[in-house]
Amino acid sequence: MIKVSHIWKSFNNQTVLKDISIEFDQGMINLIIGQSGSGKTVLLKSIVGLLDIDKGEIKFEDIVYNKLNFKKKKEIRKKIGMLFQGSALFDSSTVEENVIYPLDMFTNMSFEEKRERANFCLKRVNVLNANHHYPSEISGGMQKRVAIARAIVLNPKYLFCDEPDSGLDPITTLRIDNLIKEITEEFNTITIVNTHDMNSVMEFGEKIIFIHDGQKWWEGTKEEILHTDNEKLNDFVFANHMAKRMKQMKRT
Amino acid sequence: MQLFYHIGQYFILLTKVFSKPEKGKIYYKQTLKEIISLGINSIGIVIIISAFTGAVITLQTAYNTENPFYPRYLIGLMARDTIILEFSSTMVGLILAGKIGSSIASEIGTMRITEQIEALEIMGVNSASYLILPKIIASVLFNPLLTMISIAVGVFGGWIAGTATGVVSSEDYIYGIQFAFTPFYVTYALIKTVFFAFIITSVSSYYGYFVKGGALEVGRSSTKAVVYSCILILLFDVILTQLILS
Repeated sequence: MIKVSHIWKSFNNQTVLKDISIEFDQGMINLIIGQSGSGKTVLLKSIVGLLDIDKGEIKFEDIVYNKLNFKKKKEIRKKIGMLFQGSALFDSSTVEENVIYPLDMFTNMSFEEKRERANFCLKRVNVLNANHHYPSEISGGMQKRVAIARAIVLNPKYLFCDEPDSGLDPITTLRIDNLIKEITEEFNTITIVNTHDMNSVMEFGEKIIFIHDGQKWWEGTKEEILHTDNEKLNDFVFANHMAKRMKQMKRT
Repeated sequence: MQLFYHIGQYFILLTKVFSKPEKGKIYYKQTLKEIISLGINSIGIVIIISAFTGAVITLQTAYNTENPFYPRYLIGLMARDTIILEFSSTMVGLILAGKIGSSIASEIGTMRITEQIEALEIMGVNSASYLILPKIIASVLFNPLLTMISIAVGVFGGWIAGTATGVVSSEDYIYGIQFAFTPFYVTYALIKTVFFAFIITSVSSYYGYFVKGGALEVGRSSTKAVVYSCILILLFDVILTQLILS
């Protein structure tokens, strides 16, 4: 379990996260939703330790992660897989080299074993016959899938996804979402996904946390989100006229 | 205050860069890649610039020493000493600051803004060491070789220009480049080259590593990397010359 307790984070006197406390559960997708600029990415980067928090506590199982030094943090980071908004694949390496990279760094496997493992992961995310292509030579959706393959190559315990669907068409979005869901179940990971894509929320929102103005505003499931009276959440979820009318019709 | 902030941050970065590498084998491979990218790929420009500058130094020396009291072999001697003492170490350093400095800053800066550095950090890799250390080692090892090439090509360029234009005979020029040769001058040039290689790679990496924003900021950081590398090269040129030759 990952437990975040009363965390605060500010940049140049501007407070971005205000007293946020959340528990993230294993084997399911924990969705963090909210408008752009609400603090979702800062929250995610704070949890994984890319940003240092001002106050509060971040626990991975029983270990207070934010108090660890770089060397000890490294041990936990080896169990983290992360999918970045822009994929963050290494430009100068091929698809296969990108996936092999964590194995190169942290295992003593032979080259053949590493290749076999990388190909297994690439096959798992349905990237075939692209091993020797560079990231710039493949589509955005494919880049995301390669990034997922790289994230799972070391069998992570924790999977973090920062807006995995940004810049993708609805069908590719659905494919990526399903892939993340399957991997979460298969690897029994604690998966935390940042998104503002409502299709994703409705598709697999087993646990949803709504962040507004740097604060946790609401927590619940996809079923509960449809019936909530939380005004800010309703403004976000039912942002367009059609959605608002549908919500009213459902009520009446 | 900003200056002290940057100096402090630069040295903090260096402590991260020189911490124990995760896996020596990977760093060795990276260093070889960087030797090709930063060193071998710079040989062409060093040869071209050295040949022409050697030629110009020879011609200028010849035209400025057109006096029957000056022996003609002086042209070769002056060309040799100018090339060894200043051109091949400092001028080539400044040229390399422009070529590889901007390349390093923009490469690392692009990795920063596209979250590739964060991806490395998340994997538990010391990104500063992984990205910067091989570049520093490659440059510190290979730039002295570039300096030697530059000296040889510069002196040769001077001989071609001098003999082709008839301002100096081949015998006089060759006698001049051998006359009163001080081998320590080469050592001095190589010591300077090592310092300059370190300055170019570390300062450029610093500006790339801490870039914030987008493509515009990457461009700005590349410019800053080149400008500050050049200023530091000139500053250390004075300091090292005073320390070594005094």
